[in-house]
Amino acid sequence: MQNFSTFALNVFSDIIHEFEFVFIEGERYNQMIKGFFNTLKITAGALGIGVIIGIVVAAIRSTFDKNATAMKRRGGIGYWLLAFLNYVCKIYLTVIRGTPVVVQLMIAYFVIFVSIKDGVPIGIFAFGINSGAYVAEIFRGGIMSIDKGQFEAGRSLGLNYFQTMVYIIIPQAFKNVLPTLCNEFIALLKETSVAGYVGVMDLTKAGNSIAGRTYSYFVPLLTVAAIYLLIVMVLTTLVGKLERRLRNSDH
Amino acid sequence: MTTNKPIIKTENLCKAFGEIEVLKGISTEIQKGEVVVIIGASGSGKSTFLRTLNLLEEPTSGQIFFEDTDITAPSVNVNLHRRKMGMVFQQFNLFPHMTILKNMTIAPIKLLGVQKAKAEEKAMELLKKVGLADRANAYPSQLSGGQKQRVAIVRALCMEPEVMLFDEPTSALDPEMVGEVLAVIKDLAKSGMTMAVVTHEMGFAKEVADRILFIEDGVIMEEGTPDEIFNNPKSPRLRDFLSKVL
Repeated sequence: MQNFSTFALNVFSDIIHEFEFVFIEGERYNQMIKGFFNTLKITAGALGIGVIIGIVVAAIRSTFDKNATAMKRRGGIGYWLLAFLNYVCKIYLTVIRGTPVVVQLMIAYFVIFVSIKDGVPIGIFAFGINSGAYVAEIFRGGIMSIDKGQFEAGRSLGLNYFQTMVYIIIPQAFKNVLPTLCNEFIALLKETSVAGYVGVMDLTKAGNSIAGRTYSYFVPLLTVAAIYLLIVMVLTTLVGKLERRLRNSDH
Repeated sequence: MTTNKPIIKTENLCKAFGEIEVLKGISTEIQKGEVVVIIGASGSGKSTFLRTLNLLEEPTSGQIFFEDTDITAPSVNVNLHRRKMGMVFQQFNLFPHMTILKNMTIAPIKLLGVQKAKAEEKAMELLKKVGLADRANAYPSQLSGGQKQRVAIVRALCMEPEVMLFDEPTSALDPEMVGEVLAVIKDLAKSGMTMAVVTHEMGFAKEVADRILFIEDGVIMEEGTPDEIFNNPKSPRLRDFLSKVL
């Protein structure tokens, strides 16, 4: 018993020392803080772009799926415009979902925005474009999952297509896709860990760089993992709260 | 109760889903204040016919005149005409994310520009009439089927429609709830509302209809007063149909 507690105390003080050495000495914790905020910035920015792209693409695709035949019969330029937009969206989804996000990120940094040296805005751009493709399909699935009768009820009251979408369909669809959307946000947060490829000091890169500098891998990498875990847990809790609030109609 | 002014008139209405012709030329008129009941076997096209009247199904050919306007013309804004045609569905189709009151007031507020307080006042009045005033702030999932359908009816009435279309309004209900919904529809008929009702409730049809259309195989095979249809059916198909349902 005596032996065990001495052992535990020793391990504990070793870890404290390791911590001090790794983070406090040379103020290396600053790197971690910077990395933490860069990860948050890229994730939040990409989230915003992804949701906007997602809504637009899902709206175009589901409008086309629902109305194409009727619009074609009625004639006019509307059908062809919508068909063209739908086609562009399909190409976007195929290309973005068919290539690795790291490759997309590097193309954005080394090919498209050669003159910009700050990787953070490029990260936001690349991850946003990438996430938009997934969010679009999540939203489209949500819209298509709403019973046709809801749509007909809205239209029969005289609401137009857009109003029916905004007041009737999307609020219900959003509630249904929230868990899947949360999943996508978690995936996005973790995907940003490859931002180091384009020289961004994100959380992963910070941990890795400290580890390389100190030749100590245990504490920096476990700390990085713990921070990701913490962010995901906070995010999950927040989405859970939102879900409960939206569920008030399903008593 | 009826006056000689058609509020809805269809001319040679046809509807095909791909290869399958569901409506094969339906021409009829519904007069103002008239209650028209549409009967027929499943798959005869009676629901499709009702749903083409407010263009939930776009006809393949033929015309629909609503208050003298051809609403099948591409230039017509059908949303404006749908406001005046209330529709009640078999599956109720209440909006599950809104309270009963919100279900009823969203269209008048968004489309007619009615003040929220005014719209709610009117909605409460209608709810009182159908005995559901105490459920105004409930959500649809908290209501029974019969209650949901009564709400669906008054939701349509909130838009002050010229015509009400009923698409098998009691078919999805438990038997003991059919009566309460039919009672509301009967009251509405008595108040002079123009109505087109697709139903399997023959007793109800007999009681409430000014005219009955028997649709078979995409055409109006026979039409007449309830007396003519039920007591003197002419076509063998109608006789056969009645022998099965009565």
